[in-house]
Amino acid sequence: MPNRYFAARHSNALPVGAAVKAAAFDYLAPRTLDQALTALSAHGDDAKLLAGGQSLAPVLALRLANPAVLIDLNRVAGLDRLQTDGAGDMHVGAMVRSRTLELSPEIARAQPLIHAAMPWVAHVQIRNRGTLGGSLSHADPSAELPAVAIACDAVLTLRSLRGEREVAAESFFKGLFTTALAQDEILTSVRFPGWPATRRCGFIELARRHGDYAIVGVALTVDIDDSAKVTAARLVLFGASDMPMRARAVESALIGERADSALAARAASAAAAGLDLRSDHQASAEYRRELAQVLTRRALVQAFSAPAATVAGAPPGIAGGQQ
Amino acid sequence: MTHQIHLTVNGEAVAREVEPRLTLADFLRETLDLTGTHLGCEHGVCGACTVVVDGRSVRGCLMFAVQADETSVVTVEGLAALCPQRGDAVRRGEQQLSVLQDAFRQHHALQCGFCTSGLLTTAHALLAETPDPTPDQVRLAISGNLCRCTGYIPIVEAILDAARRLRE
Repeated sequence: MPNRYFAARHSNALPVGAAVKAAAFDYLAPRTLDQALTALSAHGDDAKLLAGGQSLAPVLALRLANPAVLIDLNRVAGLDRLQTDGAGDMHVGAMVRSRTLELSPEIARAQPLIHAAMPWVAHVQIRNRGTLGGSLSHADPSAELPAVAIACDAVLTLRSLRGEREVAAESFFKGLFTTALAQDEILTSVRFPGWPATRRCGFIELARRHGDYAIVGVALTVDIDDSAKVTAARLVLFGASDMPMRARAVESALIGERADSALAARAASAAAAGLDLRSDHQASAEYRRELAQVLTRRALVQAFSAPAATVAGAPPGIAGGQQ
Repeated sequence: MTHQIHLTVNGEAVAREVEPRLTLADFLRETLDLTGTHLGCEHGVCGACTVVVDGRSVRGCLMFAVQADETSVVTVEGLAALCPQRGDAVRRGEQQLSVLQDAFRQHHALQCGFCTSGLLTTAHALLAETPDPTPDQVRLAISGNLCRCTGYIPIVEAILDAARRLRE
Protein backbone atom coordinates (compact mmCIF):
# COMPACT_ATOMS: atom_id res chain seq x y z
CA MET A 1 0.00 0.00 0.00
CA PRO A 2 2.47 2.70 0.96
CA ASN A 3 4.51 2.69 -2.22
CA ARG A 4 1.54 2.93 -4.52
CA TYR A 5 0.09 5.59 -2.31
CA PHE A 6 3.35 7.45 -2.25
CA ALA A 7 3.57 7.48 -6.02
CA ALA A 8 -0.03 8.61 -6.41
CA ARG A 9 0.22 11.32 -3.80
CA HIS A 10 3.51 12.71 -4.92
CA SER A 11 2.84 12.79 -8.62
CA ASN A 12 -0.58 14.45 -8.18
CA ALA A 13 -1.82 11.95 -10.73
CA LEU A 14 -4.28 9.16 -10.21
CA PRO A 15 -3.20 5.62 -10.97
CA VAL A 16 -4.88 4.38 -14.11
CA GLY A 17 -8.37 3.13 -13.36
CA ALA A 18 -8.33 4.47 -9.81
CA ALA A 19 -11.56 4.94 -7.92
CA VAL A 20 -12.06 8.23 -6.16
CA LYS A 21 -14.76 7.17 -3.72
CA ALA A 22 -14.00 5.29 -0.54
CA ALA A 23 -15.29 1.75 -0.04
CA ALA A 24 -17.83 1.34 2.75
CA PHE A 25 -16.59 1.35 6.35
CA ASP A 26 -18.07 1.56 9.81
CA TYR A 27 -17.50 4.78 11.69
CA LEU A 28 -16.88 5.19 15.39
CA ALA A 29 -16.56 8.57 17.10
CA PRO A 30 -15.37 7.90 20.67
CA ARG A 31 -15.56 10.75 23.18
CA THR A 32 -12.81 9.56 25.50
CA LEU A 33 -9.35 8.15 24.99
CA ASP A 34 -10.34 4.95 26.80
CA GLN A 35 -13.22 4.41 24.39
CA ALA A 36 -10.87 4.98 21.46
CA LEU A 37 -8.27 2.56 22.84
CA THR A 38 -10.93 -0.05 23.52
CA ALA A 39 -12.27 0.25 19.99
CA LEU A 40 -8.77 0.05 18.52
CA SER A 41 -7.96 -2.99 20.62
CA ALA A 42 -11.22 -4.70 19.60
CA HIS A 43 -10.89 -4.09 15.85
CA GLY A 44 -7.12 -4.43 15.54
CA ASP A 45 -5.89 -4.57 11.99
CA ASP A 46 -9.37 -3.91 10.58
CA ALA A 47 -9.40 -0.40 12.03
CA LYS A 48 -7.72 2.84 11.02
CA LEU A 49 -7.45 5.91 13.21
CA LEU A 50 -8.81 9.09 11.63
CA ALA A 51 -7.04 12.28 12.77
CA GLY A 52 -7.08 15.24 10.36
CA GLY A 53 -7.77 12.88 7.48
CA GLN A 54 -5.70 14.87 5.00
CA SER A 55 -3.63 11.82 4.04
CA LEU A 56 -6.07 9.06 5.04
CA ALA A 57 -9.03 10.42 3.07
CA PRO A 58 -7.09 10.31 -0.24
CA VAL A 59 -5.85 6.80 0.62
CA LEU A 60 -9.47 5.72 1.09
CA ALA A 61 -10.68 7.59 -1.99
CA LEU A 62 -8.05 5.88 -4.13
CA ARG A 63 -8.87 2.57 -2.38
CA LEU A 64 -5.25 2.01 -1.47
CA ALA A 65 -6.56 0.90 1.92
CA ASN A 66 -9.96 -0.52 2.76
CA PRO A 67 -10.30 -0.54 6.56
CA ALA A 68 -13.52 -2.04 7.92
CA VAL A 69 -13.70 0.57 10.68
CA LEU A 70 -12.60 4.17 11.05
CA ILE A 71 -12.06 5.39 14.60
CA ASP A 72 -12.37 9.17 14.49
CA LEU A 73 -10.22 10.91 17.11
CA ASN A 74 -11.68 14.36 16.44
CA ARG A 75 -14.19 14.17 19.27
CA VAL A 76 -11.91 12.58 21.85
CA ALA A 77 -11.62 14.98 24.77
CA GLY A 78 -8.19 16.24 25.82
CA LEU A 79 -6.11 15.46 22.72
CA ASP A 80 -6.02 19.04 21.43
CA ARG A 81 -4.26 20.75 24.33
CA LEU A 82 -1.15 22.86 23.94
CA GLN A 83 0.59 23.72 27.19
CA THR A 84 3.97 24.54 28.71
CA ASP A 85 5.04 22.76 31.92
CA GLY A 86 7.09 24.10 34.84
CA ALA A 87 10.34 22.95 33.22
CA GLY A 88 9.58 24.95 30.06
CA ASP A 89 8.81 21.91 27.93
CA MET A 90 5.88 22.28 25.56
CA HIS A 91 3.29 19.50 25.43
CA VAL A 92 1.34 19.39 22.20
CA GLY A 93 -1.69 17.10 22.00
CA ALA A 94 -1.77 14.77 19.02
CA MET A 95 -4.95 16.39 17.67
CA VAL A 96 -3.60 19.94 17.72
CA ARG A 97 -4.07 21.14 14.15
CA SER A 98 -1.26 22.43 11.97
CA ARG A 99 -3.04 25.75 11.64
CA THR A 100 -3.06 26.11 15.42
CA LEU A 101 0.69 25.49 15.52
CA GLU A 102 1.17 28.02 12.73
CA LEU A 103 -0.79 30.81 14.42
CA SER A 104 0.11 30.19 18.08
CA PRO A 105 2.13 33.08 19.59
CA GLU A 106 3.32 30.66 22.27
CA ILE A 107 4.79 28.32 19.65
CA ALA A 108 6.40 31.26 17.82
CA ARG A 109 8.08 32.33 21.05
CA ALA A 110 8.93 29.01 22.66
CA GLN A 111 9.43 26.65 19.69
CA PRO A 112 10.80 28.72 16.80
CA LEU A 113 11.57 25.74 14.58
CA ILE A 114 7.93 24.59 14.53
CA HIS A 115 6.91 28.15 13.74
CA ALA A 116 9.46 28.39 10.91
CA ALA A 117 8.34 25.10 9.36
CA MET A 118 4.56 25.58 9.39
CA PRO A 119 4.16 27.85 6.34
CA TRP A 120 5.83 25.10 4.29
CA VAL A 121 3.26 22.47 5.32
CA ALA A 122 0.84 21.97 2.41
CA HIS A 123 -1.85 24.67 2.02
CA VAL A 124 -4.05 26.55 4.45
CA GLN A 125 -7.09 24.29 3.85
CA ILE A 126 -4.96 21.24 4.66
CA ARG A 127 -3.40 22.89 7.73
CA ASN A 128 -6.90 23.75 8.96
CA ARG A 129 -7.62 20.02 9.32
CA GLY A 130 -4.26 18.24 9.50
CA THR A 131 -2.86 17.43 12.95
CA LEU A 132 0.56 16.99 14.52
CA GLY A 133 -0.19 13.44 15.62
CA GLY A 134 -1.60 12.50 12.23
CA SER A 135 1.48 13.72 10.39
CA LEU A 136 3.88 11.93 12.74
CA SER A 137 1.89 8.67 12.72
CA HIS A 138 1.54 8.70 8.95
CA ALA A 139 5.33 9.10 8.64
CA ASP A 140 5.51 10.39 5.11
CA PRO A 141 9.26 10.67 4.41
CA SER A 142 8.79 14.05 2.74
CA ALA A 143 6.65 15.61 5.47
CA GLU A 144 7.95 18.52 7.53
CA LEU A 145 6.71 17.73 11.04
CA PRO A 146 8.53 14.40 11.52
CA ALA A 147 11.84 16.12 10.68
CA VAL A 148 11.02 19.02 13.01
CA ALA A 149 10.21 16.58 15.83
CA ILE A 150 13.59 14.86 15.44
CA ALA A 151 15.50 18.15 15.18
CA CYS A 152 13.79 19.33 18.40
CA ASP A 153 14.53 16.00 20.14
CA ALA A 154 10.81 15.66 20.85
CA VAL A 155 9.42 12.76 22.87
CA LEU A 156 6.21 11.03 21.84
CA THR A 157 3.72 9.52 24.27
CA LEU A 158 2.05 6.33 23.02
CA ARG A 159 -0.97 4.93 24.85
CA SER A 160 -2.67 1.56 24.71
CA LEU A 161 -4.88 -0.42 27.06
CA ARG A 162 -1.64 -2.05 28.20
CA GLY A 163 -0.28 1.27 29.43
CA GLU A 164 1.78 4.21 28.32
CA ARG A 165 5.30 4.55 26.96
CA GLU A 166 7.52 7.32 25.71
CA VAL A 167 9.54 7.11 22.50
CA ALA A 168 12.07 9.66 21.26
CA ALA A 169 11.11 11.05 17.84
CA GLU A 170 14.36 9.74 16.44
CA SER A 171 13.43 6.15 17.34
CA PHE A 172 9.78 6.53 16.33
CA PHE A 173 10.31 6.53 12.56
CA LYS A 174 11.22 3.11 11.20
CA GLY A 175 10.92 3.54 7.44
CA LEU A 176 8.56 4.49 4.64
CA PHE A 177 5.16 5.11 6.33
CA THR A 178 6.35 2.93 9.20
CA THR A 179 6.60 3.87 12.88
CA ALA A 180 7.14 2.33 16.30
CA LEU A 181 3.39 2.42 16.97
CA ALA A 182 2.01 -1.01 17.87
CA GLN A 183 -1.34 -2.00 16.39
CA ASP A 184 -3.20 -1.13 19.62
CA GLU A 185 -1.40 2.14 20.35
CA ILE A 186 -2.42 5.75 19.85
CA LEU A 187 0.01 8.66 19.77
CA THR A 188 -1.53 11.02 22.32
CA SER A 189 0.93 13.87 22.79
CA VAL A 190 4.36 15.17 21.90
CA ARG A 191 6.75 16.88 24.31
CA PHE A 192 9.07 19.47 22.80
CA PRO A 193 11.90 20.22 25.25
CA GLY A 194 12.34 23.84 26.34
CA TRP A 195 14.36 26.03 24.01
CA PRO A 196 17.71 27.22 25.50
CA ALA A 197 18.71 30.86 24.94
CA THR A 198 21.77 29.67 22.99
CA ARG A 199 19.70 27.71 20.44
CA ARG A 200 19.01 28.78 16.89
CA CYS A 201 17.25 27.02 14.06
CA GLY A 202 17.08 26.75 10.31
CA PHE A 203 14.41 25.35 8.00
CA ILE A 204 14.33 25.14 4.23
CA GLU A 205 12.97 22.82 1.57
CA LEU A 206 12.69 22.58 -2.17
CA ALA A 207 9.47 21.53 -3.86
CA ARG A 208 8.36 22.01 -7.44
CA ARG A 209 5.46 24.19 -6.30
CA HIS A 210 4.79 25.83 -2.98
CA GLY A 211 2.81 23.47 -0.76
CA ASP A 212 3.93 20.30 -2.49
CA TYR A 213 5.84 17.67 -0.58
CA ALA A 214 9.55 18.45 -0.44
CA ILE A 215 12.00 16.84 -2.84
CA VAL A 216 14.55 17.48 -0.10
CA GLY A 217 14.29 19.59 3.03
CA VAL A 218 16.42 20.43 6.06
CA ALA A 219 15.33 21.13 9.65
CA LEU A 220 18.03 21.92 12.17
CA THR A 221 18.85 23.31 15.58
CA VAL A 222 22.30 24.48 16.69
CA ASP A 223 23.47 25.70 20.07
CA ILE A 224 26.07 28.46 19.86
CA ASP A 225 27.97 29.67 22.92
CA ASP A 226 29.23 33.17 23.83
CA SER A 227 32.42 32.71 21.83
CA ALA A 228 30.36 31.85 18.69
CA LYS A 229 31.33 28.16 18.87
CA VAL A 230 28.83 25.43 18.07
CA THR A 231 28.26 23.28 21.16
CA ALA A 232 25.44 21.05 19.89
CA ALA A 233 23.64 20.37 16.62
CA ARG A 234 20.76 18.28 15.33
CA LEU A 235 20.36 18.37 11.58
CA VAL A 236 17.61 16.37 9.88
CA LEU A 237 17.17 15.76 6.16
CA PHE A 238 13.71 14.82 4.90
CA GLY A 239 12.46 13.77 1.48
CA ALA A 240 15.95 12.49 0.73
CA SER A 241 15.41 8.87 1.70
CA ASP A 242 12.68 6.60 3.09
CA MET A 243 12.45 8.43 6.41
CA PRO A 244 13.75 11.61 8.00
CA MET A 245 17.41 11.08 8.93
CA ARG A 246 19.94 12.95 11.02
CA ALA A 247 23.03 13.99 9.07
CA ARG A 248 25.47 12.96 11.77
CA ALA A 249 28.57 13.66 9.70
CA VAL A 250 27.46 17.29 9.38
CA GLU A 251 26.65 17.49 13.08
CA SER A 252 30.07 16.28 14.15
CA ALA A 253 31.79 18.61 11.66
CA LEU A 254 30.03 21.53 13.38
CA ILE A 255 30.82 20.79 17.03
CA GLY A 256 33.48 23.04 18.56
CA GLU A 257 33.83 25.12 15.41
CA ARG A 258 33.16 28.80 14.93
CA ALA A 259 29.67 29.39 13.47
CA ASP A 260 30.27 31.24 10.21
CA SER A 261 29.53 30.82 6.52
CA ALA A 262 32.84 29.06 5.89
CA LEU A 263 31.89 26.41 8.44
CA ALA A 264 28.43 26.10 6.84
CA ALA A 265 29.99 25.38 3.46
CA ARG A 266 32.56 22.98 4.88
CA ALA A 267 30.13 20.99 7.01
CA ALA A 268 27.41 20.87 4.35
CA SER A 269 29.64 18.92 1.97
CA ALA A 270 29.03 15.87 4.18
CA ALA A 271 25.22 16.26 4.11
CA ALA A 272 24.40 13.13 2.16
CA ALA A 273 27.12 10.92 3.65
CA GLY A 274 25.81 7.52 4.64
CA LEU A 275 22.26 8.16 3.41
CA ASP A 276 20.43 5.80 1.09
CA LEU A 277 19.08 8.48 -1.23
CA ARG A 278 15.81 7.97 -3.05
CA SER A 279 15.47 8.12 -6.82
CA ASP A 280 11.97 8.70 -8.20
CA HIS A 281 9.99 10.56 -10.84
CA GLN A 282 10.68 13.88 -9.09
CA ALA A 283 14.44 13.69 -8.80
CA SER A 284 17.36 11.31 -9.10
CA ALA A 285 19.44 10.27 -6.11
CA GLU A 286 22.30 12.27 -7.57
CA TYR A 287 20.19 15.41 -7.72
CA ARG A 288 19.01 14.81 -4.14
CA ARG A 289 22.64 14.50 -3.01
CA GLU A 290 23.46 17.89 -4.55
CA LEU A 291 20.28 19.38 -3.10
CA ALA A 292 21.01 18.00 0.37
CA GLN A 293 24.36 19.77 0.38
CA VAL A 294 23.05 23.08 -0.96
CA LEU A 295 20.04 23.19 1.37
CA THR A 296 22.11 22.15 4.38
CA ARG A 297 24.51 25.01 3.74
CA ARG A 298 21.64 27.50 3.36
CA ALA A 299 19.87 26.27 6.48
CA LEU A 300 23.10 26.54 8.46
CA VAL A 301 23.68 30.09 7.20
CA GLN A 302 20.11 30.92 8.24
CA ALA A 303 20.71 29.59 11.73
CA PHE A 304 24.15 31.18 12.11
CA SER A 305 23.01 34.62 10.97
CA ALA A 306 19.80 34.71 13.02
CA PRO A 307 19.89 36.40 16.40
CA ALA A 308 19.53 33.83 19.19
CA ALA A 309 16.02 32.80 20.17
CA THR A 310 14.30 34.18 17.12
CA VAL A 311 12.84 32.52 14.09
CA ALA A 312 15.44 31.83 11.47
CA GLY A 313 13.42 30.68 8.51
CA ALA A 314 11.60 33.29 6.47
CA PRO A 315 8.15 32.19 5.35
CA PRO A 316 8.24 30.97 1.78
CA GLY A 317 7.28 33.55 -0.79
CA ILE A 318 5.58 32.63 -4.02
CA ALA A 319 6.36 35.64 -6.15
CA GLY A 320 10.04 35.23 -5.38
CA GLY A 321 10.09 31.66 -6.66
CA GLN A 322 12.32 29.02 -5.15
CA GLN A 323 14.60 30.07 -2.38
CA MET B 1 -24.78 1.59 8.86
CA THR B 2 -25.90 5.19 8.53
CA HIS B 3 -25.50 8.02 11.01
CA GLN B 4 -27.81 10.89 11.81
CA ILE B 5 -26.11 14.30 11.51
CA HIS B 6 -27.34 17.75 12.50
CA LEU B 7 -25.55 20.77 11.12
CA THR B 8 -26.06 24.26 9.79
CA VAL B 9 -25.55 24.83 6.09
CA ASN B 10 -25.61 28.45 4.91
CA GLY B 11 -27.56 29.38 8.02
CA GLU B 12 -30.21 26.69 7.72
CA ALA B 13 -30.51 23.79 10.11
CA VAL B 14 -30.10 20.47 8.30
CA ALA B 15 -30.62 16.91 9.59
CA ARG B 16 -29.88 13.88 7.43
CA GLU B 17 -28.95 10.22 7.57
CA VAL B 18 -25.55 9.67 5.97
CA GLU B 19 -23.33 6.75 5.14
CA PRO B 20 -19.90 7.20 6.78
CA ARG B 21 -18.01 7.09 3.49
CA LEU B 22 -19.96 10.02 2.03
CA THR B 23 -17.63 13.01 1.78
CA LEU B 24 -18.80 16.45 2.87
CA ALA B 25 -18.49 17.63 -0.75
CA ASP B 26 -20.68 14.80 -2.05
CA PHE B 27 -23.16 15.41 0.77
CA LEU B 28 -23.49 19.06 -0.23
CA ARG B 29 -23.80 18.27 -3.94
CA GLU B 30 -25.80 15.04 -4.01
CA THR B 31 -27.86 15.16 -0.82
CA LEU B 32 -28.49 18.90 -0.47
CA ASP B 33 -28.28 19.70 -4.19
CA LEU B 34 -25.83 22.53 -3.53
CA THR B 35 -23.84 22.00 -6.71
CA GLY B 36 -21.88 25.24 -6.45
CA THR B 37 -19.20 23.25 -4.60
CA HIS B 38 -17.21 21.59 -7.36
CA LEU B 39 -15.25 18.36 -7.39
CA GLY B 40 -12.05 18.20 -9.40
CA CYS B 41 -9.48 15.70 -8.21
CA GLU B 42 -11.35 14.25 -5.21
CA HIS B 43 -8.10 13.57 -3.38
CA GLY B 44 -7.11 16.90 -1.94
CA VAL B 45 -4.97 18.48 -4.62
CA CYS B 46 -7.08 20.96 -6.60
CA GLY B 47 -9.04 22.95 -4.00
CA ALA B 48 -12.22 23.21 -6.11
CA CYS B 49 -14.30 21.68 -3.29
CA THR B 50 -13.19 24.17 -0.61
CA VAL B 51 -15.98 25.08 1.83
CA VAL B 52 -15.91 26.93 5.14
CA VAL B 53 -16.49 24.80 8.25
CA ASP B 54 -16.77 26.65 11.56
CA GLY B 55 -15.03 29.65 10.00
CA ARG B 56 -12.11 27.80 8.47
CA SER B 57 -11.56 26.80 4.86
CA VAL B 58 -11.31 23.04 4.35
CA ARG B 59 -11.22 20.57 1.48
CA GLY B 60 -14.76 19.20 1.18
CA CYS B 61 -13.42 16.00 -0.36
CA LEU B 62 -11.10 15.25 2.58
CA MET B 63 -13.76 15.39 5.28
CA PHE B 64 -16.62 12.98 5.71
CA ALA B 65 -20.13 14.36 6.09
CA VAL B 66 -20.51 12.43 9.34
CA GLN B 67 -17.62 14.52 10.73
CA ALA B 68 -19.56 17.72 9.99
CA ASP B 69 -22.12 16.79 12.67
CA GLU B 70 -22.74 19.85 14.90
CA THR B 71 -20.74 22.20 12.65
CA SER B 72 -21.67 25.26 10.64
CA VAL B 73 -20.86 25.01 6.93
CA VAL B 74 -20.82 27.86 4.41
CA THR B 75 -20.69 27.13 0.70
CA VAL B 76 -20.47 29.48 -2.27
CA GLU B 77 -24.28 29.58 -2.32
CA GLY B 78 -24.25 31.15 1.14
CA LEU B 79 -21.72 33.89 0.60
CA ALA B 80 -24.05 36.63 -0.64
CA ALA B 81 -26.95 36.16 1.73
CA LEU B 82 -25.38 35.04 4.95
CA CYS B 83 -22.39 37.21 5.54
CA PRO B 84 -23.41 40.60 6.91
CA GLN B 85 -19.92 41.08 8.32
CA ARG B 86 -18.68 41.05 4.75
CA GLY B 87 -20.40 44.36 4.01
CA ASP B 88 -23.56 44.94 2.03
CA ALA B 89 -24.18 42.51 -0.73
CA VAL B 90 -24.23 43.99 -4.20
CA ARG B 91 -27.24 43.73 -6.50
CA ARG B 92 -26.55 43.08 -10.16
CA GLY B 93 -29.85 42.77 -11.93
CA GLU B 94 -31.59 39.81 -10.35
CA GLN B 95 -28.44 38.43 -8.79
CA GLN B 96 -27.18 39.24 -5.37
CA LEU B 97 -23.42 38.98 -4.94
CA SER B 98 -21.18 39.41 -1.96
CA VAL B 99 -18.58 42.16 -2.19
CA LEU B 100 -15.97 39.48 -2.86
CA GLN B 101 -18.04 37.88 -5.62
CA ASP B 102 -18.67 41.30 -7.15
CA ALA B 103 -14.93 42.03 -7.12
CA PHE B 104 -14.30 38.73 -8.95
CA ARG B 105 -16.84 39.82 -11.57
CA GLN B 106 -15.36 43.29 -11.98
CA HIS B 107 -11.77 42.06 -12.23
CA HIS B 108 -12.55 39.18 -14.62
CA ALA B 109 -11.16 36.81 -11.99
CA LEU B 110 -12.72 33.80 -13.66
CA GLN B 111 -13.03 32.36 -17.11
CA CYS B 112 -14.46 28.84 -17.11
CA GLY B 113 -15.57 29.20 -13.48
CA PHE B 114 -14.78 25.68 -12.34
CA CYS B 115 -12.33 26.71 -9.61
CA THR B 116 -14.23 29.86 -8.68
CA SER B 117 -16.37 28.60 -5.83
CA GLY B 118 -13.31 27.12 -4.11
CA LEU B 119 -11.38 30.35 -4.56
CA LEU B 120 -14.29 32.41 -3.22
CA THR B 121 -14.71 30.30 -0.09
CA THR B 122 -10.94 30.28 0.48
CA ALA B 123 -10.73 34.07 0.05
CA HIS B 124 -13.83 34.56 2.20
CA ALA B 125 -12.15 32.72 5.10
CA LEU B 126 -8.91 34.65 4.50
CA LEU B 127 -10.61 38.05 4.68
CA ALA B 128 -12.52 37.10 7.82
CA GLU B 129 -9.20 36.29 9.48
CA THR B 130 -6.96 38.88 7.77
CA PRO B 131 -8.99 41.93 6.68
CA ASP B 132 -5.95 43.75 5.25
CA PRO B 133 -3.81 41.10 3.55
CA THR B 134 -0.66 41.82 1.56
CA PRO B 135 -0.48 40.57 -2.03
CA ASP B 136 1.88 37.81 -0.82
CA GLN B 137 -0.55 36.74 1.90
CA VAL B 138 -3.27 36.49 -0.74
CA ARG B 139 -1.03 34.40 -3.02
CA LEU B 140 -0.15 32.07 -0.14
CA ALA B 141 -3.78 31.75 0.90
CA ILE B 142 -4.89 30.66 -2.57
CA SER B 143 -1.83 28.50 -3.27
CA GLY B 144 -3.96 25.39 -2.67
CA ASN B 145 -6.48 26.30 -5.36
CA LEU B 146 -5.69 25.38 -8.94
CA CYS B 147 -6.94 27.65 -11.71
CA ARG B 148 -6.00 26.78 -15.27
CA CYS B 149 -7.55 29.83 -16.98
CA THR B 150 -6.67 33.12 -15.37
CA GLY B 151 -3.00 32.98 -14.45
CA TYR B 152 -4.17 34.08 -10.97
CA ILE B 153 -3.32 37.78 -11.39
CA PRO B 154 -6.93 38.99 -11.70
CA ILE B 155 -7.89 36.70 -8.79
CA VAL B 156 -5.30 38.30 -6.52
CA GLU B 157 -6.42 41.77 -7.68
CA ALA B 158 -10.05 40.93 -6.99
CA ILE B 159 -9.35 39.68 -3.47
CA LEU B 160 -7.25 42.74 -2.64
CA ASP B 161 -9.95 45.03 -4.04
CA ALA B 162 -12.64 43.24 -2.04
CA ALA B 163 -10.52 43.63 1.10
CA ARG B 164 -10.25 47.37 0.44
CA ARG B 165 -13.97 47.76 -0.15
CA LEU B 166 -14.84 45.76 2.95
CA ARG B 167 -12.58 47.87 5.15
CA GLU B 168 -14.22 51.13 4.00
